[in-house]
Amino acid sequence: MSVAEPGPIGNAIERVSGGQAPGLLRRSLAVGRTRAGLMITVLVVAVAVVGPFVAPASETGFVGAPYTPDAAGTVFGTDYLGRDVWSRFLYGGVSVLALSGLCTVIGVGVGLLVALLAGYSRTWVDELLMRTTDVLLAFPAIVLALLFLAVFEPQPATVVATVAAGHAPRVARVMRAAVLDVAGRDYVRAAESMGLRRWPIRLGDLLPNVTGPLMVETGLRLTYSVALVAGLGFLGLSGLEADQADWGLMINENRLGFTVQPWAVLLPVIAIGLLTVGTNLVADGIARAAAGTDREVGG
Amino acid sequence: MSEARSEQRGLRVRGLRVSTSAGVPVVDGVDLSVPGGTVLGLVGESGSGKTTVGTALLGGTRRGLEIVGGSVLLEGTDLVTLSETELRGWRGSRVTYVPQDPTTALDPAMRVGNQVREVLDCHDYGSGPHDRARRVSEAFEEVGLPTDDAFTRRYPHQLSGGQQQRVCIAVAFATWPALVVLDEPTTGLDVTTQALVLDTVRRLTRQHGCAALYISHDLAVVSAISDEVAVLYAGSVVEQAATDELVRRPRHPYTSRLVAAVPDLSGDRELKGIPGGAPSPSTRPSGCRFAPRCELVVPECTTELPELRLVADGHHARCIRSADVTPAHVRERRRIDEIDSAPLLSIHGLTARYGRTPVLHGLSLDVPRGTCVALLGESGSGKTTLARTIAGLHTDAEGELHFGGNRLPFGAHQRDRETRASIAYIFQNPYSSLNPRRTVGDSIGRPLRVLRGVRGAELERRVGDMLERVYLSAAYAQRYPDQLSGGERQRVAVARALISEPTLLVCDEITSALDVSVQANLVGLIEKFRQDLGLTLLFVTHDIALVRNVAQQVAVLQEGAIVEDASTEQLFHHPSHDYTKELLKTTPRLVS
Repeated sequence: MSVAEPGPIGNAIERVSGGQAPGLLRRSLAVGRTRAGLMITVLVVAVAVVGPFVAPASETGFVGAPYTPDAAGTVFGTDYLGRDVWSRFLYGGVSVLALSGLCTVIGVGVGLLVALLAGYSRTWVDELLMRTTDVLLAFPAIVLALLFLAVFEPQPATVVATVAAGHAPRVARVMRAAVLDVAGRDYVRAAESMGLRRWPIRLGDLLPNVTGPLMVETGLRLTYSVALVAGLGFLGLSGLEADQADWGLMINENRLGFTVQPWAVLLPVIAIGLLTVGTNLVADGIARAAAGTDREVGG
Repeated sequence: MSEARSEQRGLRVRGLRVSTSAGVPVVDGVDLSVPGGTVLGLVGESGSGKTTVGTALLGGTRRGLEIVGGSVLLEGTDLVTLSETELRGWRGSRVTYVPQDPTTALDPAMRVGNQVREVLDCHDYGSGPHDRARRVSEAFEEVGLPTDDAFTRRYPHQLSGGQQQRVCIAVAFATWPALVVLDEPTTGLDVTTQALVLDTVRRLTRQHGCAALYISHDLAVVSAISDEVAVLYAGSVVEQAATDELVRRPRHPYTSRLVAAVPDLSGDRELKGIPGGAPSPSTRPSGCRFAPRCELVVPECTTELPELRLVADGHHARCIRSADVTPAHVRERRRIDEIDSAPLLSIHGLTARYGRTPVLHGLSLDVPRGTCVALLGESGSGKTTLARTIAGLHTDAEGELHFGGNRLPFGAHQRDRETRASIAYIFQNPYSSLNPRRTVGDSIGRPLRVLRGVRGAELERRVGDMLERVYLSAAYAQRYPDQLSGGERQRVAVARALISEPTLLVCDEITSALDVSVQANLVGLIEKFRQDLGLTLLFVTHDIALVRNVAQQVAVLQEGAIVEDASTEQLFHHPSHDYTKELLKTTPRLVS
């Protein structure tokens, strides 16, 4: 329908009459999988946040003999030391969620910063930053995390730092590509011709126009964070107090008694599984909505 | 072969209707007939539905659309009733298509000879491999390309844009089709190449005796190739007549205004836009679609959609007042004042490059104060690089720039605030020059904020003023770019450029993404600012006809050097360089 201009412009012409396209968030919510994912995620988060307040027993108290599925006064029986599985499950979500949330925010934040710096500098800074991320990318995230935790004492702060350090180069790679694309647009040149410095352009022109990929990337990194944090917890490397409840740790502690008392393992497994699936669905929904901007044309 | 078949050839389209899946009509009852051996030009602006008509003739639609009525009769068969499998047999053999952009239409990994061969193999052409090989080289010969192996074994990227498009045309004509649909096939080509391609299409249509539908937004191009022209507006044909008749004596107000909006190479006609914008499919008015923009509108126009009726011999128009439509206004030849002012901008020995590739070679140019200097050149001539260098966006350069008597540094950062405010730049593409995440008001006000430190209520007031001066209301300040049409966006870009009160305005192909009616409005707006504010303009363009209508002085750029620099009058009457002469000769004119 359009004339001299290539695809995207023609698309834009046709979108004009429909008024401003709704925001990415609203479009994402129109995708079924986003809504389903959001419900699952909210459910798991609610269990983790509200859990400690409604737990029938304490986090550390002994309520019966070890590995007793039907111990008196318990819902899901006792764990390997005789503590209440249901209560420990309700207590154990906060650490996973808080840690993975922090890892995501820090990892994505650092990655974004590197991307904005590298994607809009066109100098050796870009080369230096990107070659460094290439080197970091050579290590699998879990290996990098184990390496760090072997050198430094496992503390929650160390866990957050190592997992975030694993995310940052990956986020930087993806976001740099997005920034590069936007940096070539004419409105960035218009800002340059006004003599604006690089940081005002980065924050005022580049950042607002890469929010789509940024949201997708954040969702994806949250999913990976949950898996990594739970995995480190399983290995006993989350740096928590010895008897503190933690979903990852629970799986490890109780795996030997799985045949006798499956609940102590199943509950955290289901919760982590649901959380991963939920956040993944949300990330996927956002990605689809972001990629689908050109699909709403046609009429 | 061709003579025998041409008898029954010809296309008849009756009441073709295409709607979106939601039921909004995009093409609303189009009737066309194209006798064999002739070219029908289908002219329309963005959103008129011309591409939808073109694809419907191949029995297809874009995603989200469907053909809901009418017939497309070709060789006694109604293509609309065919199944997808039957259509595949027709497409590429009886009905063929030449797309707008040959670079995306040709397979980059297949030799061009094989691309022609492929369509023959696919439709079992002729009696065998030998026959097909002969037809391939015939097809290349028909479009004026070499037939030797050295050429046919090349890949698309080894050909020029014009050669690529001719390969596409060879593919389209290879199977002796009954109908060829050409969708803006010359849009991406330079005028000299365009003339060659148009010649080829016209000649082949005659030679093959097939019907050709040439879709374009450019009335001048269409009038150069077509026997008849149909004008499409808001999904229906508003006028159809023999080309000459339609241009000289339009009987529909839209056609008349469209003719007036096409820049005239002879400079005899006043360039005049059409107020308002074409309605989108969902906002088409009841009654005559053009009524809201029409000067001849009477109350009856808004109540009922007029029929397409015969108004003269072979001339149909969809207007109840067709007898009152006047041809485009002919004006006194425009007198252009002698240029005697001192240069505001002078360029001496400018050499610019991208990495190691030089783009401009020691170029010198003076831009006199208060005039509009056109920088004319085809793609790759370096005109955008020159414009960007002046705007401080390209710094890989040597030579001297002087602005208002002072030496002008290359980078925008090295220029003082006052200089940056004094040189404004408008980009070619209004779809990428406005930040989609900023409101229009925010974008327009930004230069004032950054360069003049204006803030708060004062800023808001001046943005509102500026919007009104580009004929948008102050309420537009709250909107986002994607709520605006292309023409409106470009006016916002003009407002952004002018708000810091510059003295030099660099316009880089600012109308090339716009429809002609919108282009004429924008050019009028810029000219008004030049006169009112004493602006100096550097108008970069590839359109020589447009140059005649906007500029007082013209610099012709070829391969990074200025080959001719003269006043507009002199350039058009006594061109001195061969390249200019060639351009003047090959640019299509509305009235020959």
